Amino acid sequence: MEYKLTFKDYNEALKQNKLLGLKCNDCGTVTVPPKMVCRKCSSPNMEVIELKGTGKIQTFTTCNVAPEGRESEVPYVILLVELDEGPWVMGNLTGIDPAAASMELIGKKVKMTGNAVFPGDKYSAGDGARPLFSLVA
Amino acid sequence: MRKVAVVGVGETKFSGAQEKTSVELFGEAAAEAIAESNLKPKDIQALFLGNVLGDFSEGQGSVQAFAAESIGCAGIPANRYEGACASASMAVRDAFMWVASGFYDIVLAGGVERAATMGTALATRTFSMFSDSRYEFPSGITFPAVFAMLAHLYSAKYGIPLEKLKEQMAVVSVQSYKYGMFNPKAHLRKEVTVEAVLNSFMVSTPLQLHDCCPFSDGAAALVLASEEVAKKLTSKPVYIIGVGQASGGPLVSQQEYLPRLRAREISSKQAYDMAGVTPQDIDVCELHDCFSIASLIAAESLGFFEFGKAGEAWMKGEADIGGKVAINPSGGLKSKGHPIGATGAGQVYEITKQLRGEVEPERQVEGAKIGMTDTLGGDGSTLVNMILERGW
Ligand SMILES: [Zn+2]
Repeated sequence: MEYKLTFKDYNEALKQNKLLGLKCNDCGTVTVPPKMVCRKCSSPNMEVIELKGTGKIQTFTTCNVAPEGRESEVPYVILLVELDEGPWVMGNLTGIDPAAASMELIGKKVKMTGNAVFPGDKYSAGDGARPLFSLVA
Repeated sequence: MRKVAVVGVGETKFSGAQEKTSVELFGEAAAEAIAESNLKPKDIQALFLGNVLGDFSEGQGSVQAFAAESIGCAGIPANRYEGACASASMAVRDAFMWVASGFYDIVLAGGVERAATMGTALATRTFSMFSDSRYEFPSGITFPAVFAMLAHLYSAKYGIPLEKLKEQMAVVSVQSYKYGMFNPKAHLRKEVTVEAVLNSFMVSTPLQLHDCCPFSDGAAALVLASEEVAKKLTSKPVYIIGVGQASGGPLVSQQEYLPRLRAREISSKQAYDMAGVTPQDIDVCELHDCFSIASLIAAESLGFFEFGKAGEAWMKGEADIGGKVAINPSGGLKSKGHPIGATGAGQVYEITKQLRGEVEPERQVEGAKIGMTDTLGGDGSTLVNMILERGW
C-alpha cells in the first residue's frame, strides 16, 4: 500500500504556502502530519485536501538554546496550533518580539502567512519547511 | 512464567564529560553487578544494553558486542536497544521477559551513554532527533522546547497561573538537588534554592536551567536471574513483579491528550495489573524528571496524585520521603544525572538499593517494600514502567 501523501509532496506544497492534509472518506477526520491511516479510525481510505491554515494557539515556547547549526536563529517562538479542521501542527510565530511571548497567546487565533525552510544539515536527508503563523487581528 | 530477580547491580558515577570509553564505562558497571551477584562473567548467558548515541558521541556502534567481549562474556548474544531516554528500561524489560520465559537463567542488562562528552550543541541536535525529524525539527524543536510547551499547556489546561506553577516546578528541582547531595554517584551535587531556580538562565520559556536535567556520561548494569538461581546467589533478591511498555506517535499527533502522555498510562497500567498492586502500594518511585514539569506530568499519570494537583503535592511534601510516595530519592535525572542510554538501569539500581536498605541514611526510604521505575523516551514515543518488590 502506498502513502497517499508523502513527506516529499507535503514539503513541496508547503514551500508553495499550501498546507496539505488527509481527509478520511470513512469518518471525515483530517490527519496532519500525513500518516498511512486515519488518526481516528485507522482507515487507509483518505484523500489529499488543502487546509485553510487557520486555527488557534494551543501552546508555545520561546526557545533560546538552538541545536547545533541553528544558533543564529534564536530566539524563536514555536507553536502548537490546533487547525480549524481539527489536527494540531507545529510551526513558528512571526510578527511578535519572541521575548514578549506570554500566556496571553494561548487560545489566540492565528493564520498561516508563509513558510520557512530548514535547509538541512548532515544528519537530515534534505530540507524541510514549516508553516509560519501570524496572529489574526 | 517464572519469577525473575535482580541479584546484583552496578553503576558508575554519573558525570560531566569524562575520558573513559562507552565500553569501559559499561564494563565497570557490569563487573560490579556480576561480582555483587557472586557470579563470574562466564555465567552470563546474554547481554541487553541500552545505548542511544554512541555513534555520535564517540563514533562507536555495536557497543553491546564489544562490551560483552571486553568483560569476559565473549560469544554471548548481545542486543542494543534504542528508545531514546528509555533505552535501558527497554533492555531490562526484555531481559526480564527472556528469563521469565525460561529461555535464559542469568542475563546482564543495562546501558551506557556519553551525552556530556558531546557538548551542548551536538547533544541538543542529537536529542532533537527523538522528535519528528520531518514535521517538527524544521520548526527548531529541542527537547527543552517540547516540555516547555507542555508546561504552558499544563498551566492553561489546569488553570494554574504560570507564576504559581513555576514555583511548584522550582520546588520539584530543589527536592531533587536535596537528595542528590547525599548520592555519591550523582552528577550535580549542590544545594539549590527556589530563588536560584527562578533566577537561572531561561532555556526555553518557561523552563530555566535548574528546571532541566544535565547531559551526563555514565553506565549502569544489573544481573537478572530466575527465582531458583537467585535463591542460591543472594539472601536479598529483589523481584521484578510487573513490567509495562508502550509507544506513541510524534508530539503533535498526541494533540488533545497533552500534556498527559498516553503511552505512560498504557505502560503503567500493564505494570500495575501484572504486579497486582495500585499506586497506593508504591513506597518509592524513580520517575523520569528530565524537566521539572515532567515530574508533575509523570506523577499524575502514574496515579500518585490527581491531574493538575501534583505541584501542590510537592509543595506539601507528599512526594518527599515520609510523604505519600518518596519520589526520586536518588536525586533523579535532575541531580543524579541523565546518561540517556543508561538512565532506566540507573533507576532500577536505585530502587534495588532502596529496597535492600543500602543507600545513604539521609535519603533512605525506611522500610520500603515496593518500588517503581518510570522511564520516558522522546516526547512519549517510548514509555517503560517496572515494579519491584523486596524478596525477603
Ligand atoms: Zn477515519
